Amino acid sequence: MNMINNYEMVIGLEVHCELGTKTKIFCGCPTTFGAQPNTQCCPVCMGMPGTLPVLNEQVVEYAIKAGMATNCTIARCSKQDRKNYFYPDLPKAYQISQYDLPLCENGWLEIESENGTKKIGITRIHIEEDAGKLIHNDRYGTMVDCNRCGVPLIEIVSEPDIRSAEEAVAYFKKLRSIILYTGISDCKMQEGSMRCDINLSVRKKGTKEFGTRTEMKNLNSFTFIQKAIEYEYARQVYEIENGGVIVQETMRFDQASGKTFSMRKKEDANDYRYFPDPDLAPIVMSEDKLNKLKDSIPTLPDERKKAYIENYGITSYDAELITSEMSVADYFESAAKNTKYPKLLANIVISEIIKLADGENGAIAIEPLHLAQIADMQGSGEINSSVAKKVIKALWDNDEDACEYVKKNNLGQINDENVLNSLINEAIERNPKSVQDYKKGKVAAAKAIMGQVMGATKGRGNPLLIERLLNEALEALK
Amino acid sequence: MNITELSLAELSEKLHGKELSSVEATKAYFEKINAVDGEIGAYIRLTESVALQQAENADKILAEGKGTALTGVPYGIKDNICTKGSITSCASKMLENFNPPYDAFVTTKMNAENAVMLGKMNMDEFAMGSTTENSAFKVTKNPYDITRVPGGSSGGSAAAVAAKEAVFTLGSDTGGSIRQPAAFCGVVGLKPTYGTVSRNGLVAFASSLDQIGPVARNVEDAAVVLNSIAGHDSLDSTSVNRIYGDFTAEMKNGVKGMKAALPKEYFGEGINPEVRAAVINAANEFEKMGVEIQEVSIPAMEYALPAYYVISSCEASSNLARFDGVRYGYRAENYADMDELYKKTRSEGFGKEVKRRIMLGSFALSAGYYDAYYKKALQVRTLIINGFNSIFENNDFIISPVAPTVAYKIGEKTASPVEMYLGDIYTVPVNIAGLPAISMPCGADKDGMPIGMQLIGKAFSESTLIRAGWAFENR
Repeated sequence: MNMINNYEMVIGLEVHCELGTKTKIFCGCPTTFGAQPNTQCCPVCMGMPGTLPVLNEQVVEYAIKAGMATNCTIARCSKQDRKNYFYPDLPKAYQISQYDLPLCENGWLEIESENGTKKIGITRIHIEEDAGKLIHNDRYGTMVDCNRCGVPLIEIVSEPDIRSAEEAVAYFKKLRSIILYTGISDCKMQEGSMRCDINLSVRKKGTKEFGTRTEMKNLNSFTFIQKAIEYEYARQVYEIENGGVIVQETMRFDQASGKTFSMRKKEDANDYRYFPDPDLAPIVMSEDKLNKLKDSIPTLPDERKKAYIENYGITSYDAELITSEMSVADYFESAAKNTKYPKLLANIVISEIIKLADGENGAIAIEPLHLAQIADMQGSGEINSSVAKKVIKALWDNDEDACEYVKKNNLGQINDENVLNSLINEAIERNPKSVQDYKKGKVAAAKAIMGQVMGATKGRGNPLLIERLLNEALEALK
Repeated sequence: MNITELSLAELSEKLHGKELSSVEATKAYFEKINAVDGEIGAYIRLTESVALQQAENADKILAEGKGTALTGVPYGIKDNICTKGSITSCASKMLENFNPPYDAFVTTKMNAENAVMLGKMNMDEFAMGSTTENSAFKVTKNPYDITRVPGGSSGGSAAAVAAKEAVFTLGSDTGGSIRQPAAFCGVVGLKPTYGTVSRNGLVAFASSLDQIGPVARNVEDAAVVLNSIAGHDSLDSTSVNRIYGDFTAEMKNGVKGMKAALPKEYFGEGINPEVRAAVINAANEFEKMGVEIQEVSIPAMEYALPAYYVISSCEASSNLARFDGVRYGYRAENYADMDELYKKTRSEGFGKEVKRRIMLGSFALSAGYYDAYYKKALQVRTLIINGFNSIFENNDFIISPVAPTVAYKIGEKTASPVEMYLGDIYTVPVNIAGLPAISMPCGADKDGMPIGMQLIGKAFSESTLIRAGWAFENR
């Protein structure tokens, strides 16, 4: 596969994100996911004759928050346009979107790539309405569910700055994390509330011109994004290397086969006949309003990450993990204030807390102060790491003061060398075989004895101390 | 007492004075309709049982000494304005059986005042036309001469008022559709400032131009109806939130000291000499009443008609795209796939003129043509607005003809759409600029056909137009 290394891929993502407003973008219908078909629609979102759209102002505010969180310039005056095409899931036969004056433009965000931190440009963010859904049924044929018609979306278009599947996934993850921080969407990918289209072209390394691009539609998982990019990149390189040309077309990624298939060629593409929607007034934003929106955005992951690295000395990788979800970052911060061992705390959060929280939709069952106590006790040698894990488990089910819990259950670490030495001697006496092996040079044999000693302390022994004392005792027998 | 001869003001006085009941008035109107509408064809559908029910309710309210100027008053409503539970077809096969599950804003207003809806008025299909000949269902005739057109697209609304088949009617005006039929039928038609009357529930033709307004027997009646339908509606983003006041308050204050303009572009080539003479004569009458008349010019006016046909057709091509046979309305019977469902439904469901405008608009919005047509038309729109603004810096209103001719023969212009479009030349600039205008009789030609004049004012100056119109009417 040498030839594939002569090329590089050029990728831009168009991410669609459903906004978490209670009502739709142009009417008062609810946006709840998963309701019975056609129970959440009205004459407006069903495009009945004579009905008119009235813009939900929260949609504009949410989109602007997304723009501010991704360093965009926010338009003081914006407008909405009609994108005209016929499809049964589009009741008005036009989608209200934004064409040449989007709400947000010229932003960027940072990702961690194999070459360090990389900036990915964001071309624009605009608001639009979602379409309905077609349901295919053997008995009744194709039916339309209008529940999703008019659910508010933002479309976030990136610059063609992405050069690998990993970068694409990192960008998508970072965007998702930022959006979750702003609270404007639940970003539930399996419910389709965050999905992306991938524009991909290839070119020989060192060349500047872009190749012809294809567009893969509606990817809604990190794995599919990764696989679709890898497949499509290889397909394009193969095509070119074998004397073919890439045609501009829209592709579909088939999840089962992991392959991409052509949906339509460019010449079959719609002419959307965009024009300003005469039913809607221009969107005008005052500085006052913008300032208020700016103030409502919480400290974002990148800023927190920097602070963690500087203040707590934790690694960039660990900081990225902790900051990727705001609830975790908030939790970490409030625990970190109460411990002398923030770095150890970070490890505990990453190795224990995030996993436990995943099983409960992100809810963390231990008070931050209690976790700080655990970090302190472990850091000062009062308890060892395996006891720390046990305490976390116990507190997760029944939260209480961690120091009290350790005291009550007599879980304090045994650091007394006399106590440990006598336990070690007992273990050596009981395991002549292991001692023989050790003498023959099988260092691993010490592990078995070590396990017995730990068992004898009921897991409370200081493992480092036991290891040292045991080694000394065994060496003395040689 | 001949009930159907009474104006709105007169009838309302008698209803409140208990000289007459709404049920009596309503029955009198249905008698009149039964007698003449077979010939005139103003109504596309009657709603008799609903009307009598509404009349009974109105009588109860009137008996308690309550109600408004419209309570118990029989009226008609153009068939592109939604009436809950009553078919709203837009005179199109496409919506032949469309029964809206909601009322338009204006319908709600009428119901709130307990006015009595007699039925729905015939019109050009989707309000596209100048003669009402484009109705998919019937041809409406001019009550002054049944061999002639009543104008359009609100031809049914104007003919009904002229033939005394309703006290007043509601129409819609996108490029002259209230004013031109009012002129052809010798009645008063008022097109309010864009944003004065909610478009919510008006089946859209061209959203940036459409406006609902009254057709009535005289200026006062039109003002009374406007009082009822003007007002902010949070469900129409283009509805203007302001205090509209009572449009009859200054009606009788006279016109002495006012200034009026005669734009020369309105009296140039193509105007019938008798129409010209009648409007100039009206200007002289105003002068006699103390109005200072001056000649002015709006050079951009020559581009108004093409700009109107581009803008209105572009918007229409998008507004009418929803009629696709998927959810409601007409659906073709035999189709092999989705594309054919669309094509057949729309080919069979729309009439010729509607299809012409959809094609025109789709073309003008297409990639590569947008700048030359739509964008250009918007630039013309700005020039026309500026032209009007500069006139209104020094003038209270403009006096102009409504149409270049009086009502012409049925079938006379159906072969030539362009000739038909030219008839809108004096009315479309008002819609392009979103201004208010009133159309009212100012004479008749040698055959006795009514001639209309148009008074145009700056935005939200309906009171001034009503004052001037009333003064002319009562001179």
